[in-house]
Amino acid sequence: MNENNAIELKNITKRFGQVVANDKVCLSLKKGEILSILGENGSGKTTLMNMISGIYYPDEGQILIHGKEVTIRSPKDSFDLGIGMIHQHFKLVDVLTAAENIILGLPGKEILDRKAVNDKINELTGKYGFDLDPDQKIYRMSVSQKQTVEIVKMLYRGVDILILDEPTAVLTPQEADRLFAVLRNMKKAGHSIIIITHKLNEVLSLSDRVAVLRKGQYIGTIETKDATEESLTEMMVGKKVSLNIERPDPVNPKERLNVKGLTCISREGVKTLSNASFTANSGEILGIAGVAGSGQRELLEAIAGLVPSAEGSISYYPPEGGEKELTSMTAAEIARIGVRLSFVPEDRLGMGLVGAMDMTDNMMLRSYRKGRPFFADRKAPKGLAERLIAELEIATPGTSVPVRKLSGGNVQKVLVGREISLAPAVMLVAYPVRGLDIHSSYTIYHLLNEQKKQGTAVVCVGEDLDVLMELCDRILVMCGGEISGIVDGRTATKEEIGKLMMKTGGTQG
Amino acid sequence: MSKGREPVFQMTKREAIEPWKAWLIRLIAVALSLIVCAGVIIALTGLNPVEVYKGIFDGAVGTKRRAWMTIRDTLVLLCIAVGITPAFKMRFWNIGAEGQILIGGVTSAAMMIYLGNTLPPVILFPLMLAGSALAAMVWAIIPAFFKAYWNTNETLFTLMMNYVAMQVVTFGIIFWENPKGSNSVGTINSATKGGWLPKLFGLEYGWNLVIVLALTVAMFIYLRYSKQGYEIAVVGESGNTARYAGINVKKVILRTMAISGAVCGIAGFIIVSGASHTISTSTAGGRGFTAIIVSWMSKFNTFAMILVSFFLVFMQKGAGQIASQFNLNENAADVITGIILFFILGCEFFIDYKVRIRSAKQAGSEE
Repeated sequence: MNENNAIELKNITKRFGQVVANDKVCLSLKKGEILSILGENGSGKTTLMNMISGIYYPDEGQILIHGKEVTIRSPKDSFDLGIGMIHQHFKLVDVLTAAENIILGLPGKEILDRKAVNDKINELTGKYGFDLDPDQKIYRMSVSQKQTVEIVKMLYRGVDILILDEPTAVLTPQEADRLFAVLRNMKKAGHSIIIITHKLNEVLSLSDRVAVLRKGQYIGTIETKDATEESLTEMMVGKKVSLNIERPDPVNPKERLNVKGLTCISREGVKTLSNASFTANSGEILGIAGVAGSGQRELLEAIAGLVPSAEGSISYYPPEGGEKELTSMTAAEIARIGVRLSFVPEDRLGMGLVGAMDMTDNMMLRSYRKGRPFFADRKAPKGLAERLIAELEIATPGTSVPVRKLSGGNVQKVLVGREISLAPAVMLVAYPVRGLDIHSSYTIYHLLNEQKKQGTAVVCVGEDLDVLMELCDRILVMCGGEISGIVDGRTATKEEIGKLMMKTGGTQG
Repeated sequence: MSKGREPVFQMTKREAIEPWKAWLIRLIAVALSLIVCAGVIIALTGLNPVEVYKGIFDGAVGTKRRAWMTIRDTLVLLCIAVGITPAFKMRFWNIGAEGQILIGGVTSAAMMIYLGNTLPPVILFPLMLAGSALAAMVWAIIPAFFKAYWNTNETLFTLMMNYVAMQVVTFGIIFWENPKGSNSVGTINSATKGGWLPKLFGLEYGWNLVIVLALTVAMFIYLRYSKQGYEIAVVGESGNTARYAGINVKKVILRTMAISGAVCGIAGFIIVSGASHTISTSTAGGRGFTAIIVSWMSKFNTFAMILVSFFLVFMQKGAGQIASQFNLNENAADVITGIILFFILGCEFFIDYKVRIRSAKQAGSEE
């Protein structure tokens, strides 16, 4: 028992069915430090934190807060102990203001003294260096501002142990830097902070110590100053991993896709994509960078024929020569005229695949129209499924297991594998490695590079700038539904791209 | 700082369960339900539960005639369940089977009245079957059309269509009232039996049996092996995936509801021409709703529906018997059916989840 520890976990075990999410994890958070919890997806980071914040209850083990053993049965118990967790998905009421969200659920007098509340919020924001207007409504806020509200909400309630679950996943590099500055201020003021992440550079720049989990096991905690990207990766993955992504030079690039002035208007009448123009060339990977929700999804879905475009044109130049106009065609029409267009959407189980169906039936999604009339052919899709399992080393008990039972990496292999099997001339991919472990991620990068070498025009929306800058030949940057610039992937800097990501009212690049 | 107690029950999802274990759990559930029912029977009526169970059995299949009545009603319920299944598999909440049956039934009744004594059976019966199917198909396409093009709520729409269908039937009754002033149609063509489905292989309900079993098999094949069945499954699981795969969602909704309505219309034809030989607003008799339970309990497997619909009709027939035999209210059997269904549906939870009770050791260490 150590009085200097804000949190101490002893032999915490949590099982879900046969799966052991946390196996006898021991961990401590010192008072006034920033501790990173590092681990791949599925290593049990979030499960562990959810037990501290009262969402799950551990099967075995003890939790000590400030040296005292406690039982945390609900988020309220956790709050009472001064622990606050910021989840990846914010829990805010859109139509209320920041101040209203902050005091929501707190006991108080019958008459609400808004001025006192605002004063207290302003005092907090001034102290730690937040930028927040208490009277702004949530729905008018950017993602980064919403995150600020969540953090201030915790501080307002007197939380002194703060847990953040992948806080930078939705931020631009500049916003992430600002968040880190605030967190350092909070640390100086004596707060203890845990940040869950799988981004190595964040770990190295922010935290005092790093705890590493791997497949539910606690691997160890080291001082950040003794760590390097390579040593952390080795702890995380369990073996040495080369962190280099190859980038062959494009061979004989030819125009495959020419998008001119593409504009999309949503059902609610909001312009989600405005005046987008670019070309995608064969044998090249075109990256698309931008804060989530800057129009990347609409751009890809408009090309794939899933959302109607209001203005502009999409031209396709097949490898055989000629030109085909794809403007305002549906996905079915595009497939019918023989355009080999593959699309790996962001929402894998909600759009690219049917989670409840098995691999064979999911292979059929693209090909079920072929073959004899009326009856569906399941032989060829089953063969394809078996081939993919062997070639991509998909871990599954068999072709008849529902794909939602597979792990994230395997689900993505199923989806990417099927799309590659179409022998695409143009391949659109959205967030291909989101939620994947390092090994699976590199498999996917490799598959994209293979396509590039075979002369496919690959368009890849990504969130990790470091990866895009290593993988892509050109990077198109989006901001607020517009293309704010197209830069060379080999020469561009992170700052340059970051600025383009935040450009407002930008001109075409 | 007071220490809370840890939860008494911990539920964990099972990865997989052997089929025999699942069936064992279901069997235990049925046994338990019968024991609970026995307790309820003793507590409420003081009767011997074994006698009551015997009464139910006797009422459902005690004599040859009763057995055939049970089979007849099972077939009707099965036919409706088979009909609504494609819609529910598409996650189109079609609670309008009631109305579709009535429209099919009223079409059959009209044909019996106007053509029953003139056309030869070879033409009459196919015409009645096709006409009923077609009329109910149109009836079912209306809400599907609004759903496909304006995304209206199909649950409310199909429900309201039921009431419109009832008014259509009421209008028909006034029109064909026989005898005048009875406010009913009476038995149609009772003398000539025109338009009554004849015996087949010497069985009174032979045609019912053949038609419904054929539909059951055909629907099974359609849903499981056809391209259209595949499209229905994809649309049902995710509209986004369907659009992504280039499936015309509007077309699938319209086509599936057309099929669903047509089969329900055939159920109406079977009721009117093959069983009751009359039409009234209670021709469907709530079976359009009961069929929803049948369809979901069978997990859309049309062969499982044979068992489930037989069980429900069995209990319903038994109810009539114990009501008269022991002077009980008809609802007594509903109570029994309810308890049994509760156990059967509830046991699915134990098939999907494992429940662990807090161990004594942990409980002790809390003090």
